Amino acid sequence: MELVARIWEFVVRPVDRFLFGITMAIVAVGLVTLFSAADQSAARVGNQLASLAVALVAMWVVANVPPPALARTAVPLYVLGLVLLLAVAMFGVVVNGSRRWLSLGVTRIQPSELMKVALPLMLAWYFQKFEGRIGWKDFVVAAVLIAVPAILVKRQPDLGTASLLMASGFFVLYLAGLSWRIIVGLAAGAGALAPVFWGLLHDYQRRRILTFIDPTQDPLGAGYHITQASIAIGSGGVVGKGWLNGTQTHLDFLPERHTDFIFAVYGEEFGLIGNVVLILLYLMLIVRGMMIAANASTLFGRLMAGSVTLMLFTYAFVNMGMVSGVLPVVGVPLPFVSYGGTAMLSLFIGIGILMSVQAHRKLVHS
Amino acid sequence: MRSLFRRSRRRDRSLGGLDGHVVRNPERELFLFKRRLMVAGLLVVAGFGGLVARFVYLQVVRHGHYETLAESNRIAVVPIPPNRGVITDRNGVVLAQSHSAYTLEIQPSRVTDLDATIDALATLVEVSPRDRSRFRKLMAESKNFESLPLRTRLTDEEVARFAVNRYRFPGVEIKARLFRHYPFGEAGSHFLGHIGRINDRDLEKIAEWEATANYKGSDYIGKLGIELSYERELHGTTGVEEVEVDAGGRAVRTLSRTPPVAGNNLRLSIDIRLQQAAEAAFGERRGALVAMDPRTGEVLAFVSKPGFDPNLFVDGIDPASWKELNESPDKPLLNRPLRGAYPPGSTIKPFLALGALANGRRTATQSFADPGYFQIPGHSHRFRDDKPGGHGVVDMYKSIVVSCDTYYYLLANESDIDDTHAFMSTLGFGGLTGIDIEGEQPGVLPSREWKRRRFAGKNYRDDHRKWYLGDSISAGIGQGYTAFTPVQLAHAIAIVANDGVAFRPHIVKQVENVRTGEVRHVAAESTHTLGVKKEHIAVIREALAGVPKEGTSARVFRGAGYVSAGKTGTAQVFSLKGATYDASKIDERLRDHAWYMAYAPADAPRIALAVLVENGGFGAQAAAPIARQVFDFYLLGDQGRGPAPVSPGDPDDQSD
Repeated sequence: MELVARIWEFVVRPVDRFLFGITMAIVAVGLVTLFSAADQSAARVGNQLASLAVALVAMWVVANVPPPALARTAVPLYVLGLVLLLAVAMFGVVVNGSRRWLSLGVTRIQPSELMKVALPLMLAWYFQKFEGRIGWKDFVVAAVLIAVPAILVKRQPDLGTASLLMASGFFVLYLAGLSWRIIVGLAAGAGALAPVFWGLLHDYQRRRILTFIDPTQDPLGAGYHITQASIAIGSGGVVGKGWLNGTQTHLDFLPERHTDFIFAVYGEEFGLIGNVVLILLYLMLIVRGMMIAANASTLFGRLMAGSVTLMLFTYAFVNMGMVSGVLPVVGVPLPFVSYGGTAMLSLFIGIGILMSVQAHRKLVHS
Repeated sequence: MRSLFRRSRRRDRSLGGLDGHVVRNPERELFLFKRRLMVAGLLVVAGFGGLVARFVYLQVVRHGHYETLAESNRIAVVPIPPNRGVITDRNGVVLAQSHSAYTLEIQPSRVTDLDATIDALATLVEVSPRDRSRFRKLMAESKNFESLPLRTRLTDEEVARFAVNRYRFPGVEIKARLFRHYPFGEAGSHFLGHIGRINDRDLEKIAEWEATANYKGSDYIGKLGIELSYERELHGTTGVEEVEVDAGGRAVRTLSRTPPVAGNNLRLSIDIRLQQAAEAAFGERRGALVAMDPRTGEVLAFVSKPGFDPNLFVDGIDPASWKELNESPDKPLLNRPLRGAYPPGSTIKPFLALGALANGRRTATQSFADPGYFQIPGHSHRFRDDKPGGHGVVDMYKSIVVSCDTYYYLLANESDIDDTHAFMSTLGFGGLTGIDIEGEQPGVLPSREWKRRRFAGKNYRDDHRKWYLGDSISAGIGQGYTAFTPVQLAHAIAIVANDGVAFRPHIVKQVENVRTGEVRHVAAESTHTLGVKKEHIAVIREALAGVPKEGTSARVFRGAGYVSAGKTGTAQVFSLKGATYDASKIDERLRDHAWYMAYAPADAPRIALAVLVENGGFGAQAAAPIARQVFDFYLLGDQGRGPAPVSPGDPDDQSD
């Protein structure tokens, strides 16, 4: 009996109950929606549960790793990520006209996924290392650390992921105290350079942005996604059509309905009330993440916890914004809800990092 | 930008930077960090607030509008798959054709108890254990929860029986689908290939072609052979139908229709009767045969024995048949002409002789005394000739007609392997002939460079990588590292037969557009011409004509109704390495491979071929009779099918 208690104690020690509870609530929403989106396929929900099991183990393992040990993986992971991105540029596999994948014989990997974790780690490690004497030069170095992988990913071309990478790097810089003047200056500069940037875009990327501005221009392509998703959400009304009763989502009008566009299924079946509940769940998750960041004992812990939390927000915001037609279509899954093992894994690793920072805050202090 | 950086530096100093000289102030740092978090938190709340505002707009303010849109959102776009192109032989005999048939399909995601459903269906239509296991396999492979066939090619009676009971089976449907049928079964299976269900890997390939839209509604794609290499010709253009659907998703009426365009038909250069005759000539033996028209590069027959029935693969092969094909020691799935690299043995001699003439190392009349063996000066090892005591005085003609090894040991001793490599490359050895089916292997045409690469890496020492004279001597009689594919050998002998003008071997003769009637010819131009004088080729051709007349294959071609030219070959599979020869101890699969390459008629060749019989023993015994039967069939036709060919295994033909 005592052994069981001890094992239980060992298992739950690094787990932040509140964070875990909220996350699992969102996961539950996701599974319920997935069952409907996948035409009540138990197999698909089963796959997702299997991914969840793997992701939970990864979360637990990461939660047990003290932040200093996490920090030590920063440089190797970052360098590995860069090498793989370069390898993709040189011998990557072309899928859909984009060179994003690296073939490893049996399987293929997308190194930009690794970079999403490695870049904030690297930056947090860097600022931790020079803590207390961070000057403007360090921000220039950090900008280079962000720009190199971002440019490589942009060239694949994968504009969406490149933007997300830049965002994750920017969050670390922001939390590390990047001057407001520079932030405002960058925003102004970006605005001024927008026409130049437009010229650098690929045709399909321009089309995507134009489609976003006026979806009716491309009713059978990307505009179709946006229009159909808006119809699905809008027809849901305040209380929704009820679980499994969404008509738009089940008549094959909605593409990608169990992955990137799953929120449309949710919005149609659960209505405004459901949407607000989901937003509140995300908000609670983010508030908890920020509390962990604020209480962290080291700069590294603060930066990692803060950037992971802000990235969770970014994913949720961008996905729901894109599905409801206020942001352009980029391939971003809805955290903990969209079908897909890779996203599930990296999201739970993020939660694991938060738990690690929280669990090890006193140990370092004493 | 610059001024901004400067200002920021001032600011950073003020908060305790100043190049690390100022004492840290953790309290203040934390305070600043928390302030930043607060600002971010405000942005989060603002962002989510904006989303909620958007939801209110969509779901409350504009709810009526979107509800109306949802009601009228009833136009579904349905793809209509095109009919796949027909493949015929050169005379128009159909080798692969699609026809419409009824299938019983299940959408597993809509069925709760699959086993019970299948059991219940089995009372209405016949469902064999094979169908069941195949269905399981399809289910395991499919990821997108599509509708999967349980039974194909239902009879009208079965269709009627199911239709009456349809209400009992939600998620089960009868569909009319196009099926591929290969009427000749095993004959020609290795060049025809087959189609199969589209899998993830195929989807990626389709995406690379940017043809994803065109494959909506298609379930099948070419997987092997002609079906694979000409997939984009055969597939056709998918049509589109706009239909109005009711609330349950069922089509009510058609609004508009763009008909599909059938794929292009392929007319092959293969003569299926010749193909069948050639396959029959092999009997139960394993091997390969490639016959071409040397004047055009058109492939007339392409045999790989044993074959397989491509019809098995069309609806997804059942696991038992797959296991049988895949694990058979006879390797029926191996495309031997294309992918089997075998030591060429003595068939290499005419080509080496031609090279020696071309670079002036030998003249046709130069003669050597053959003592029956060759020794590298200063070494004791004897490279033996197959005839003890030797062939006497041998010139180039005789060296080919009696297949004298010593002549070629001497030639190899004087030649440089890299020169030999350079000349042999122009005949297509060591590279791809460019035949129009995928998966061709280059074989091995050794050179110093090749050996360096082959034995690169840590597992080998420098003396492994070095080229030795002994390597050259072995290569001089087509042994050692040398390995050619039957396609390469057929291609090379065709070049010689065509006086040095080379064509790319091709199986598809023409592509026919059904709608416009436009016909496109494949590879009708010659690729290159050998840099060799005509009279040198004439010397070789005279010697090749001597082989069936008075040489190693004379017995096989006695009484033929035409004059042919050829060369036998016997390729060692297994080196005894000094052990005593004991026939009973040598596994049948370690026996020598038998080769014969030939063309006919000798003066104006219309057909050139290479035959390989795996573990057949001597070339003259096992391979030459097959060539004889193919020539008889092709040149003499049905009526003039000369005297019965010499039976394989004639004990007097033990020369190579």
